[in-house]
Amino acid sequence: MEAGIVSYGAYVPRHRITPTEIGKVWGVDGAGMGLGLNVHRKSVPAPDEDTITISTEALRAALIRGAIDPQEIGALYIGSESHPYAVKPSATVVAQAVGATPNLTAADYEFACKAGTAAIQTCLGLVGAKMVRYGVAIGTDTSQGAPGDALEYSASAGGAALIIGRERVIARVEDTVSYTTDTPDFWRREGQRYPSHSGRFTGEPAYFRHVTECANRMMERVHSKASDYQHVVFHQPNGKFPQRVGKQLGFSEAQMRHGLVTPYIGNTYSAAALIGLANVLDHAGPGERILMVGYGSGAGSDAFDIVTTEEIATYDRSFGPPVEQYLHNGVEIPYATYAKFRGKITMGGE
Amino acid sequence: MTIARFWRETPQRYNLGGAKCTVCQTVYFPPRSVCPSCAQHRQSLGRLEPFHLSGEGEVVTFSVVHDAAEGFEMQVPYVLAIVRTKEGPQLTGQVVDVDPSEVKIGLRVRATFRKLREEGKAGVIHYGYKFTPADEWDGRPDGRSTPAPVASEVQSAPVGGSASA
Repeated sequence: MEAGIVSYGAYVPRHRITPTEIGKVWGVDGAGMGLGLNVHRKSVPAPDEDTITISTEALRAALIRGAIDPQEIGALYIGSESHPYAVKPSATVVAQAVGATPNLTAADYEFACKAGTAAIQTCLGLVGAKMVRYGVAIGTDTSQGAPGDALEYSASAGGAALIIGRERVIARVEDTVSYTTDTPDFWRREGQRYPSHSGRFTGEPAYFRHVTECANRMMERVHSKASDYQHVVFHQPNGKFPQRVGKQLGFSEAQMRHGLVTPYIGNTYSAAALIGLANVLDHAGPGERILMVGYGSGAGSDAFDIVTTEEIATYDRSFGPPVEQYLHNGVEIPYATYAKFRGKITMGGE
Repeated sequence: MTIARFWRETPQRYNLGGAKCTVCQTVYFPPRSVCPSCAQHRQSLGRLEPFHLSGEGEVVTFSVVHDAAEGFEMQVPYVLAIVRTKEGPQLTGQVVDVDPSEVKIGLRVRATFRKLREEGKAGVIHYGYKFTPADEWDGRPDGRSTPAPVASEVQSAPVGGSASA
């Protein structure tokens, strides 16, 4: 495949809340819940942040780092399950905010947590077919779990933007493959505020089956094995699932180290695998091979076989914080502030 | 505010699109079509070019707002500041992602993209610039800034309208 990642940027809101703090409100052992999920803190968006603002910040960083003229962007797709509007694209606001309008195609994607990786595949097709010079794939979410639900301990906010092109590629996408079935493990009906899920059914028949099947198909297709990769990135709804699926597929903790970010910022849904990849790219030198496998409930997986190029050695990462800053910094807030920020308090007259 | 009025100001609110007088080099935000700094105003006619502010600047003065304007109740206490951009124009905007007690005159800030207000639960959401404290990762290599100016948008922008948050 000729196309690959030319530049990337990530953004995670500043506030954090711990599972212990959430558990205190619901009479649950929050610390134990956090340990079980391997989630130590999760990010919380400010009241003036949403999928559109987070996507814009991530893409602006990517454009500056890559010294890319936004007018050269021919396609822009945002994958999210928390688009601020049910009808009106997030993509048009972001495109306008980075100066990419009007000569581009843009759309919003939704496929639970894998809409961001679906956007990458679309961009690879358009760029590979030379229909556009640059395609932008963004995965962003500000997802919520219902108060007291297990999801509330992990659902967080963040975004990452990848610019896909053919020139000055820092990480070439060698191949991509998908695995898709109708599996009702997690959903949110139209008009519903919080998602529903099928408890333990979200594990084996959903996440584990799709991720392992897709990863194995990818490795069969490119004749690779787990030990051929320096890094592996999985979708990470919590910190535990990706560790277990990595072990099942034969990957070591060292290979998963940089790609696993959920323990520090929570599950950023459509952004989770992309922020993991951004952290890998923050640390990678030339010639490093990366396997990324996204997952979206409903259900499907997208896998990517990626190799960094010589270009990454001179890629300028100086603008925008590295992902590690987001993992280790942030301001912790109490549950009351979190509830206010996330609109969980019913105001008079509503 | 009507949708149409906000929409007309999108180039300023989203992208800090201003104008620069090519005669005396003064930068204006929001954009102007005549330069009031030039001795002969007519001399500047047609010589103001679209110019894009970098978003970098410092706090000139500020207030900590405890009694919120409508729509800002969830954010109190919040900081409203006048920021002098490095290109010259002074802008009014919120300073976010900071403890109000840490805001000082002279604080270095950079523009960020945030939700400004919502027209109720069912209405349009307005977006635009606010400011956050600058950090060590705000250095733009080679003096680059983003997004690039979009000439057609800046030229079609209204003259003299307030674009403050």
